[in-house]
Amino acid sequence: MEASATTVTGGRSVLERSPVARLPDRVLKWGLSALAAAILILIGYFFVRLLDESHGVFTKYGLSFVFGNNWDVSANIYHGAALLFGTIVTSAIALIIGVPVAVASALFISELCPRRARGPLSILVDLLAAVPSVVYGLWGVFVLCPHLLPAEKWFARTFSFIPWIGGGIPQLYNYFIAGLILAIMILPIVSAISREVIATVPPENKEAALALGATRWEMIRMTVLPYSRPGITGGAMLGLGRALGETIAVVLVIGAAPVIGHHLFSQGYSLAAVIANEFGEATGIHTSALFAAGTVLFVLTLIVNVIARWFVSRGAHGTRGTGATGMTIASAPAAEK
Amino acid sequence: MSITTLPQISAKRRRTDKVMRGSLVAGTVIALIPLILIIFYLLQKGLSTWSRSFFTTDPTGSFFGNPGGIRSAILGSLEIVALATIISIPIGIGVALYLTEYGKQSWFANTVRYFVDVMTGVPSIMFGLFIYIVLVTAHVGGVGFAAWKGAIALALLMLPIVVRSAEVVLLVVPSSLREAALALGAPRWRVVFRVVLPTAASGLVTGSLLAVARGMGETAPLLFTVSTAFGLTFNLSHQMNTMPFLIYNYIQSPRAVIQGLAWGAALTLVVIVLILNIIARAIAGRSRMT
Repeated sequence: MEASATTVTGGRSVLERSPVARLPDRVLKWGLSALAAAILILIGYFFVRLLDESHGVFTKYGLSFVFGNNWDVSANIYHGAALLFGTIVTSAIALIIGVPVAVASALFISELCPRRARGPLSILVDLLAAVPSVVYGLWGVFVLCPHLLPAEKWFARTFSFIPWIGGGIPQLYNYFIAGLILAIMILPIVSAISREVIATVPPENKEAALALGATRWEMIRMTVLPYSRPGITGGAMLGLGRALGETIAVVLVIGAAPVIGHHLFSQGYSLAAVIANEFGEATGIHTSALFAAGTVLFVLTLIVNVIARWFVSRGAHGTRGTGATGMTIASAPAAEK
Repeated sequence: MSITTLPQISAKRRRTDKVMRGSLVAGTVIALIPLILIIFYLLQKGLSTWSRSFFTTDPTGSFFGNPGGIRSAILGSLEIVALATIISIPIGIGVALYLTEYGKQSWFANTVRYFVDVMTGVPSIMFGLFIYIVLVTAHVGGVGFAAWKGAIALALLMLPIVVRSAEVVLLVVPSSLREAALALGAPRWRVVFRVVLPTAASGLVTGSLLAVARGMGETAPLLFTVSTAFGLTFNLSHQMNTMPFLIYNYIQSPRAVIQGLAWGAALTLVVIVLILNIIARAIAGRSRMT
């Protein structure tokens, strides 16, 4: 290549490379671009195929596939409201339990704990993300469900005056257990993003608050939390996205009953769980209905993720003013998985 | 501490501070309880099933007799994840290279970035469904369920993780290094292969290992693509036994011995995933120091 660069032919400058020497450059550039484009095409293709496979059910049932409440495989009727209900309820439980704990741990790790404990503590919280979901399922089925049942019974009896929460007779597998396991599973991602966002709070703000005589907590409440709120919200939304789509851990502990449960501790089903569970023996319109459930789930997680990204990047834009930080923050927890 | 003991802070504010600090500590403790419990139960129930034959024999599938070990599941998981890694790592790093070296902040690059982010949020079961629709029902390669189809599903799942982690690492490579190489007359591809990639190597390995660890534990995509088998096979066009699938099946078994094996297999799986994570972090930690 060095040799060809010195020869001047065809009006080329001495400094210009020959077309042959430039070839690898072009190959690399266009090859990599094609690779990137392939990802977009793949996602588009996926969505089209999914709609194609499930459109039979959507044309047959229309909106009642999503909002009708009658999922009866033996009668070949597929109205999936109970599945959607289960997905939303378990995810809501996961957020209610998981997010406060995750944010508290993030605040403690980045603001209160001694500097030396910071690294080990974050690694320990991150380790929760390394546990495979089937192991959560195993633990849920054999440890959590039987051990929590007495507590659930007590709770349902004591708080029987609260509609939907109490009153009923808790079953071994139920919405609450599924939500609790989801809470544990989203904890590391919400905590990791919160820590990232909290780290971007300018130290000047914190020092100013402390210098004005604020206590530690007042400093956190007045400088750290307002500053990182959009980022933490985004992190919670990403956690929600994960909770909505979690399959294996949920299918094992939710009870696999395609009905809208009458109380917090009753059996139910979720979109992802029904796909995993009924897929094996499904044929014809049943398969199509499961694909339709997949489509609903896909759209749901897509919407949640888009909103989450918007929050996370808004939080980052506000702090640094560059798009690149938003990307780094959004990707960091993914990189840790 | 000295701030909280300043005399002008009222008792009420001090109390609030204490209570809130206490609840943050409590939150952290609560966050760590599940980890401790899971590890405790895995060791308590799983360790006793570990034996020589547990790792060296295949599951028999016999309901009443000797259930066998988990050899074919371990090797099957390794085979499928290895293939998924071979597929996803080069593509993932390639896309990340495009984003950092060529696309940068262009309209197209940002679109790709956005959709890669979207892919990270797609539930793992969806990748399984996708491969099921495209490859399994179409009987591509003359078979329905096949190990290589599962590997592609896992590769799709790992791809966004690889891309995002690789991009972050590649962005950290100082542009002065690239500029120096370019100024010395090196063509772009040489800069990429001789300067950018070697500089970022340890970070790329870290991200890739974390993606592998993630792929290792995924069950849902395998359900729709690989199905399962009892015996050991190295034929990637066959159905194959895998760790997560074996655990999933064994959980649902009514027989206590088999449920016990699920714990043993889960412990094995967690140990493999943890080792991958620890290696990844060790590499990341070392590169940060230099």
